[in-house]
Amino acid sequence: MIEIEQLHKSFGAAEVLRGIDMSVDRDRVVAILGPSGSGKSTLLRCVAALEEYQSGQVLIDGELIGYRTGDGDSTRRRLGDRDLARQRGNIGMVFQSYNLFPHLTALQNVMLGLVHVRRLPKPEAREVALQWLERVGLRGREDAHPFQLSGGQQQRVAIARAAATQPKVLLLDEVTSALDPELVGEVLTVIKDLAESGVTMIIVTHEVLFARDVAHEVVFMDEGRVVERGNPRDVLTAPQTERMRAFLRRYASNPAAS
Amino acid sequence: MGYTFNWTIVFTYLPQFAQGLLLGLGITFLSLAIGSLIGLGGAAISQAAGPGRPVVRGYVEVMRNVPILLWAYFAYYGLPQLGIGFLDNNWSFILALSLYAGAYLTEVFRAGLAAIPRRYGEAAMSIGLRRHQRIGLVTLPLMFRIVLPSLSNTFIGLFKDTSVAAALAVPEVTFVAQKVNQDTFRVIEAWSIAALIYLVVGYVLAIGLRRVERRLQVVR
Amino acid sequence: MDVVIPWLPSMARGLQTTLWLATVVLVSSSLIGAIGGLAIVNGPRPVRWFLRGYVDIVRGIPILVLLFTVYFGSSAFGSGLDQGQAAIVALSIFAGAHMTEIVRGGIGSLPRATVEAAEVIGLTSVQRLRLVVAPLVLPRILPPWVNTAVEIVKATSLASLIGVIDLLYATNSAIGTAKHPIAFYLTAAAIYFVIGAGLSRAGALAERHYRYHEY
Repeated sequence: MIEIEQLHKSFGAAEVLRGIDMSVDRDRVVAILGPSGSGKSTLLRCVAALEEYQSGQVLIDGELIGYRTGDGDSTRRRLGDRDLARQRGNIGMVFQSYNLFPHLTALQNVMLGLVHVRRLPKPEAREVALQWLERVGLRGREDAHPFQLSGGQQQRVAIARAAATQPKVLLLDEVTSALDPELVGEVLTVIKDLAESGVTMIIVTHEVLFARDVAHEVVFMDEGRVVERGNPRDVLTAPQTERMRAFLRRYASNPAAS
Repeated sequence: MGYTFNWTIVFTYLPQFAQGLLLGLGITFLSLAIGSLIGLGGAAISQAAGPGRPVVRGYVEVMRNVPILLWAYFAYYGLPQLGIGFLDNNWSFILALSLYAGAYLTEVFRAGLAAIPRRYGEAAMSIGLRRHQRIGLVTLPLMFRIVLPSLSNTFIGLFKDTSVAAALAVPEVTFVAQKVNQDTFRVIEAWSIAALIYLVVGYVLAIGLRRVERRLQVVR
Repeated sequence: MDVVIPWLPSMARGLQTTLWLATVVLVSSSLIGAIGGLAIVNGPRPVRWFLRGYVDIVRGIPILVLLFTVYFGSSAFGSGLDQGQAAIVALSIFAGAHMTEIVRGGIGSLPRATVEAAEVIGLTSVQRLRLVVAPLVLPRILPPWVNTAVEIVKATSLASLIGVIDLLYATNSAIGTAKHPIAFYLTAAAIYFVIGAGLSRAGALAERHYRYHEY
């Protein structure tokens, strides 16, 4: 369902993605692991149409993300605000720093997309939002503002906000990296629940054990390239490349490092 | 030389003081409203890269370095020379004060917009909100909460600036005090009342606005 | 625009008065601010209360009201102040309140640790002030001080309303005879702009010179 082909992305002179090829099937969970600076987050943001990319393609259900092809295949133009918004509306993203709107309550945060993007009538949106808040374990806290919630609670609201509009794919960008260790578990539980209910997800994470638990495929990136990929057990217990082994030595034995 | 106090005669002018106060508040509100529109526009132009930015910058610098009294005279005595003679003294002053306020508010709103962390705009994009939705549902509400303290200060400052309207014979508090002074020669009483009105109203406004700030939970 | 030219000498004299008035007020208010700011931070409680009251009351009333009060009020007690004197007194009182706040804020922003370090070395309060506090606080308060200086220049225009023959008074008086208000007001505005922008520019340059104040 998601095809990433030969994706290249540079920030100025620095090339961050050097030809990424990846595909994610419907209802599958792919975990992307790798050291800082490997380009994992940038890759996710390209899929989410939040970043431009210089060459290659991101396709979701066959639709080119972020651009419109000109008459020849070589000419390509960035989509306008309306089309970008439409594409982004079908892609759910959860950020490392939650990014909940501080002036809205948890409920209002979740309802925002339902009302203004999915165009649901308010009462219906409210119902859906409440159900999602319940599902992430925050029933009773719907009227709290973000500053009244812990990091783990905020992140769960962020997940609800991203998932409530029923996007085609859910992208999670190191969503537990900014959390105190004791709050990480509650968020991972929610993500696992979503994965098991058949949501297509791409998860960028440092939680190696969690990746092994939840993902159908693990992709290891380093310096802008995919270095290794395969099913979790193979990649994580019997890595093929030295770089992967080095990474696992560093992270798997010390889960607190990030 | 002794000074004989005579509060009673000055108190007979209280209705005029009251009317002057209402007029002053009205001028303040109007100038703040118009100035805010100018300020929002100015801030928006300053944000976008383009030819408008130096123009806005020039406007702000000029308005802020020149006394409001000069702008008031310009509006009242100068504009008729261009054929714009339909503004009376009240409206001339309102025009001058609005443009003056607009310059200060451009800076206030510009700083407010710059203070909004980028991640909120990104979150809004990630949900699929279009530009006008992002601006209306996220950017402006957050900006408003951020600038509220500065906005309050500007509001109170504008109220004090309305005293300059007395130079155009606009019958607000300062002008009334002048008149009472001229009529009764009760300098201390007349000006004490004027000063007291400004102090009390300013204090009440400040308290009220602080309460609004707390209500809106100026949090980030 | 040529209509202005014959009047430039008289406007220049008005400008002279404006600048002289502004300078005197700037100096006196800075003195008030220095003493008041120190006193409001370190002084005995009644002094602090008095200064707090002074600052809050003076900043709560419009400059023009203060000006009129001083000018007309002084004549109620004795012979009274003339226009120039009243303007100086009123504007100094007003600006002095601002300066006091600025100095207070500057001193308050000095980390306690820095002051304690100076105490621990054994410096007297005068030495601490001269060697540690002042060098750190002065560059810090330069921007608001420059802003206040510009406000003072603008405030001198109000003195024209009590008859001080400053730039604005001279401008109005010229218009009275020559008519053509726009040319004259634009000229006066340009002069005020140059003064204000010039002050701000000088301040920015001075500020860059004192980078070490970034504590």
